[in-house]
Amino acid sequence: MRRGIAASALVAALAVTLAACGSSGSSGGSAPAAGASVDPGKVSGSVTYWDTSDAKAEAPTYQAVIADFEKKYPNIKVNYVNVPFGDAQNKVKNAFSTGTDAPDVIRSEVAWTPELAADHYLLPLDGTSALVNPDDYLPNPVAATKYDGKTYAVPQVTDTMALFYNKKMFADAGITNPPKSVDELKADSLAIKQKLGKTGFYLRGDDAYWSLSFLYGEGGDLVDANSKTVTIDNPAGVKAFSLMKDLVDSGAAKTSVTDGWTNMMSDFQSGNVAMMINGPWSLATINSGGGAFTDKSNLGIAVVPAGSAAQAAPQGGQSYAIYAGSKNTAASEVFVQYMSSPEAQTKIFQGTGALPTRKSVWAQPEVADTDEAKFFKDAIDKAHQRPWIPEGGTLFAPLVTEYTAMLSGKESPQTAVKNAGDAYRKNLGWK
Amino acid sequence: MAAVDTTTGRPGAPAASGDAPARGPRRAAGPPSLRAGRLRLALSKHWYAWTLVAPVVIVIAVLVGYPLVEGIYLSTTNANDQNTEKQIGQFLHIPATYKSVGLGNYTDILFGANSTFWARLGFTVSWTVACVGVSFLIGLALAIMLNRRVRFRAFYRTLLILPWAVPAFVSTFSWRFIMNHDRGFLNHALQALGLPAVDWLNDPTMAQVSVIIVNIWLSFPFVMVAVLGGLQSIPAELYEAAEMDGATAWQKFWYITLPALRPVSSTVILLSTIWTFNMFPVIFLLTNGGPGDSTQLLVTYAYNEAFTGMRQFGESSAWGVIILLILVVFAVFYRRSLRKQGEVW
Repeated sequence: MRRGIAASALVAALAVTLAACGSSGSSGGSAPAAGASVDPGKVSGSVTYWDTSDAKAEAPTYQAVIADFEKKYPNIKVNYVNVPFGDAQNKVKNAFSTGTDAPDVIRSEVAWTPELAADHYLLPLDGTSALVNPDDYLPNPVAATKYDGKTYAVPQVTDTMALFYNKKMFADAGITNPPKSVDELKADSLAIKQKLGKTGFYLRGDDAYWSLSFLYGEGGDLVDANSKTVTIDNPAGVKAFSLMKDLVDSGAAKTSVTDGWTNMMSDFQSGNVAMMINGPWSLATINSGGGAFTDKSNLGIAVVPAGSAAQAAPQGGQSYAIYAGSKNTAASEVFVQYMSSPEAQTKIFQGTGALPTRKSVWAQPEVADTDEAKFFKDAIDKAHQRPWIPEGGTLFAPLVTEYTAMLSGKESPQTAVKNAGDAYRKNLGWK
Repeated sequence: MAAVDTTTGRPGAPAASGDAPARGPRRAAGPPSLRAGRLRLALSKHWYAWTLVAPVVIVIAVLVGYPLVEGIYLSTTNANDQNTEKQIGQFLHIPATYKSVGLGNYTDILFGANSTFWARLGFTVSWTVACVGVSFLIGLALAIMLNRRVRFRAFYRTLLILPWAVPAFVSTFSWRFIMNHDRGFLNHALQALGLPAVDWLNDPTMAQVSVIIVNIWLSFPFVMVAVLGGLQSIPAELYEAAEMDGATAWQKFWYITLPALRPVSSTVILLSTIWTFNMFPVIFLLTNGGPGDSTQLLVTYAYNEAFTGMRQFGESSAWGVIILLILVVFAVFYRRSLRKQGEVW
């Protein structure tokens, strides 16, 4: 008897809850008009900014730039929040989809922008004060801010990957030039192993982004967005995965499928490993970490080794994007305008080594004369464009699973790329 | 001496099942007017009690009932990031456009072309059996040791409960450092002893062993504490009587300790099984399911579906419902088998 009443009470309570939740959705309305040309000095408000940069190595520089901004625009208050990159995409989507506690401006990774734009979360920025002098931006970073013909983000920093090497270890092993191809990479690594007893190359094994330059080198790619086909499991993909497996199996490279970043950085920093493929985002850590690079000139940077078909590394980077539901669009636009201004970009480059996205900044002597800029300018222009599609975010999860399975010997390179391809076909509905 | 009949371990089984059939059917069979009358009677008699428990009932309905119903509903749709309802700022509202796919998500998961379900279920079951089995044995052994009078007993008890007292994510992260191939303490220790280093987390099979080791380390204190409580409630007279009859230590353990521990251990095993089956943090923080998907449990796989890349809410809800059903079926069978053995629970 008691149980009967319990059940009916539960049902009643449930019904009440469901009804309450059902009626909470509010009706649609018009979006606030994007701020036209207003005097930035007169804008007031507060801007919540979610930054995903490395909290220790990079964030202090961004905070210093933001402090400059607040000095220049005392009417605008910036609420800076550092969100770890790994959790950020989920947090952004959750906040944007409900509008509660959502940031006004985010640091959007290049692959997020098309997805967030397709979900209507981002404010189109063409013609607003956020996007000043659009022609000054490098074409490659700009390509990643477009969706369906509109601009949804302003490039903050751009990057690509390169071969980082320890010059002293090369000299000790009698190697004069950094390897130009994957074959030379293997030969040099084995020479280093033989002469120094150290490992030649660190292949980061827990993040499939580090496999892309090998894939592009063989002429492969994850997908072809134009013809809507999955290309990861074609012969080039198999070849690239086999090459990486061979590097590890032959002892030319070491890898680990957990804690790859920490292991790679500390091995390279301490001089246990002579080479790694990495991006400019690692410069802040290398330069501040001491070890083998206490003398900064010991660090060599070269183009990623070429495969049999090409020599290319993936294009990455970050952009500023404004939430379409922001209550502070005018202040946010002024904020983005300042943060992407030439003086801010110069300061960010000097503080973190992250590469600027404006042509005018690259032309400035204090940027152009640095070794990093000299090397990366060329690499940036040649960087391999990734597919800027809303589904870009689905590409890496299956690839990481198969990449780690391949490197740990659980699957053959053929099986690994085939499984990744099947997952893409299921997620994207492509051929 | 009432609690346990030490010869059979079966207290009052007939009574427990005896009154059950007498209740239910008779109530349902009554005419409507009679039923309404009973309801009114019950309300007038127990309204005060129901008013008191109402807050709890409502809170449980909101916290458990609503997400459950919503999850079951979502599992029959193709909801994902793009087609769910969005409230963008105050002004822009985008209604949900996902639609029902019936049981499509379930048939995809269970019988789809690239179904990973059975492989994941296989590992989840072996992980659960290994973790629960070994941590129960270790916990039982330590509890029996600590139940004796040894010096520094309080110190040992405190020490052994530490793995349980430290938050799981902290100790899991520590284990990740300890098991690091190049810099981890375990491999340094092995090499200092002249043994080869072990690839704890990078080898598919070894990684499965490693996650099980860490989870056992995390879960044995719970068994130990629960069993220790059970041991201390066994009346000393039983052992004295057994000694008078000339029982060996082994006989005392087998015929007194184990049967007396049954109520505690059955609960401990049921709870451990449910927790271990759904043990998210250990896998997520130690290997994140890798290498490949070799340490992926059903629950971590469902999480990846729901929260990485393009989020598939419908499909991952279906995974959640399947996991729930597996555990419900397990609990029902487990309780039934206990009842057969005479455990009223």
